[in-house]
Amino acid sequence: MLSRTADHLFWMARQMERAENLARLLDVSLAVSLLPASRGGADVSAPLVLTGTLDAYLARHGEPDASRVLAFMSFDAGNPSSILSCIRHARDNAHAVRGKITAEMWMSINATWLEAREFAQGGAGDQAFFDWVKERSHLFRGATHGTCQRTDAFSFIRLGTFIERADNTARLLEVKRHLLDDADAADYYAWSALLRAVGAFEAYHALYRDAPSGRRVAELLLLRPDMPRSLRACFDEIYKWLARLEGDNGRAAKRLAAELRAAQAYTSVDEVFDAGLHDYLTRMLGDITRLGALVHEAYLEAA
Amino acid sequence: MHALTLPETGHFDEMLLPSGGIRPHYRAFAHWLQAQSPSVLAQKREQANQLFHRVGITFALYGDDAGAERLIPFDTIPRVIPAAEWAKLEAGLAQRVRALNAFLEDIYHEHRIVKAGVVPGEQVFANAQYQPLMQGVNLPGAVWAQVTGVDLIRHADGGYYVLEDNLRVPSGVSYMLENRKMMMRLFPELFARHAIAPVDHYPTLLLSTLRRASARENPTVVVLTPGHHNSAYFEHAFLAQQMGVELVEGRDLFVRDDHVYMRTTAGHKQIDVIYRRIDDTFLDPLAFRPDSMLGVPGLMQAYRKGNVVLANAIGTGVADDKSIYPYVPEMIRYYLGETPILDNVETFQCRHPAELDHVLANLERLVVKEVHGAGGYGMLVGPAASRAELEDFRARLIAQPENYIAQPTLCLSSCPTFVEAGIAPRHIDLRPFVLTDGRETSMVAGGLTRVALRAGSLVVNSSQGGGTKDTWVLEE
Repeated sequence: MLSRTADHLFWMARQMERAENLARLLDVSLAVSLLPASRGGADVSAPLVLTGTLDAYLARHGEPDASRVLAFMSFDAGNPSSILSCIRHARDNAHAVRGKITAEMWMSINATWLEAREFAQGGAGDQAFFDWVKERSHLFRGATHGTCQRTDAFSFIRLGTFIERADNTARLLEVKRHLLDDADAADYYAWSALLRAVGAFEAYHALYRDAPSGRRVAELLLLRPDMPRSLRACFDEIYKWLARLEGDNGRAAKRLAAELRAAQAYTSVDEVFDAGLHDYLTRMLGDITRLGALVHEAYLEAA
Repeated sequence: MHALTLPETGHFDEMLLPSGGIRPHYRAFAHWLQAQSPSVLAQKREQANQLFHRVGITFALYGDDAGAERLIPFDTIPRVIPAAEWAKLEAGLAQRVRALNAFLEDIYHEHRIVKAGVVPGEQVFANAQYQPLMQGVNLPGAVWAQVTGVDLIRHADGGYYVLEDNLRVPSGVSYMLENRKMMMRLFPELFARHAIAPVDHYPTLLLSTLRRASARENPTVVVLTPGHHNSAYFEHAFLAQQMGVELVEGRDLFVRDDHVYMRTTAGHKQIDVIYRRIDDTFLDPLAFRPDSMLGVPGLMQAYRKGNVVLANAIGTGVADDKSIYPYVPEMIRYYLGETPILDNVETFQCRHPAELDHVLANLERLVVKEVHGAGGYGMLVGPAASRAELEDFRARLIAQPENYIAQPTLCLSSCPTFVEAGIAPRHIDLRPFVLTDGRETSMVAGGLTRVALRAGSLVVNSSQGGGTKDTWVLEE
């Protein structure tokens, strides 16, 4: 496959995943912003911190305000990290390789972009919009799974998805770290919101049958192989898809992926907390960035 | 139910006889049409619009906002061609493409046709489209234009005429294929009632033509596009996908030791045939425009050495130039010893003083075209022009007569077409796509029918408000 094609496929998947993750986060932020401050409410700047757009926001809008943050992160075409921008990037990448994806994948992502623009005319990001984004992401993933040939193209798509997801899960935990650090001061509402953001609310209760605690939430989202958005599950997938790629030029990327997977598989939650959650997450985020760079170097750069 | 009206006198209508009756090959369709309720047909048209948008069958306009994409309007009334008419067209097109390829082989080698005094030397060698770099280059099978799009019109006398040949990078074939798919989806019952020649094997024909263009066994073929901002990008991607070959941009390719390679995730891979949808002068910044970001440095050298095939060849533009067009019937007689099956439109060459005088004296009745123009730009339609436009062109003609040709205002035939107020006659042309490997010529039946959607307009180009129709060649 052309390196440029692989690059477009990788970023198509990453941007779509990013749009979905943002929708999840904003959905929860909206819910949390409706809570009283004493219960973890009013923490409306999390989406800005997580996407690194806090400064841009402050420069343009001043003090974070719930509805303005939602609009900025949902529909602001001038904000490269907004959901609208992510969908546009995803669609543009798909457009550049539309001959390499199936008609159904293309139609799904193109229709998502066309409809997102219509949503954006309507004004504020609300729950209906976030639900829609998640649905469109599910639909695109479904079209990909159901129609895309299992060649390297598929591997690069999956790789993009899981590198982005790993990055997002790590960032999300880092942003909410203050809740986790104090492992026993469980705030039911804040925990629940976090779990809902990653679609793990039901799983948590099925597993632990108890009110959420920091240690358990961290274990669920970092170490459990059966949680599709956990770091562990992401690393398993990254390793798997990288290993399938033909050629020798990806050795460094494959090695790092194998190391990360093994480390994640043989770490206990107590070790994570003993070492300090912040340090742990910082190291993870660095490793994920490094992995992305290695993948780029080996496969995607048209150099 | 649906009122069908004749065009102004002097035009040939594809569906209606001058008496108002239906032509035999349209009877089954007209019968079906009258049984459809207008609201159902309107729904189908809306459905077609939505589908084209969803599939993203759009084109970008030059000069428009970056990334602005528009749909080419699609009309659901097909253009129908009887089998006998098509048989004649097919023979005429094949003949023309054979002669044009022979002409290119000749003017880049021995110049026999010039020496014989059939085509004036300055028309060829002083032509900006003539590529001196190609002089003496031997191409596999002596094929210069693997893909030719020939624009045909039907005149008031009912005969077909060639309006122009396109031997550079003719586009539109994807619309032909998508239009057919759309019609079959919207109106399957029509296809059960008619025996309509299929067109969807075109990509297979194209691929086998391209593969035969290389002397190498099992050659690697790619489609070279300027990128997704190009107006025909959809088509480039579509053809690459349908043929199952890579769609590459210049930056995906590089030349090493006079061979061309593409960059892939598994390393470098050699390329044998490039179906290029980029103009000559952008292909290689070392040989042509140094500012071209679209091309591949060193490509020309690899090409001249015979290490890669370009389809079409470099330098084919000289054969479809409007100043060479008047000589095509002579080429057919000269190279093939045959009588031309398809006629040219009467053409005045303003470079001849006598013909210029005639053009200046009859400007308001003529269509004046720039010799090197394309896409309906830089042209004057006399009868539709304002006094100021006429005077502007008069001055341009006197200043640079050799830049222009003129033709009588053409009576493009009309075909009933959906417009805001029901159905009305609109002018159409036809672009069949002719493929050749040097020994055999092949084409799918029909081609792309373009329709001028504004009442009275003769400009069918999609960049200027033209639409398209499905084209049916009926089988006997």
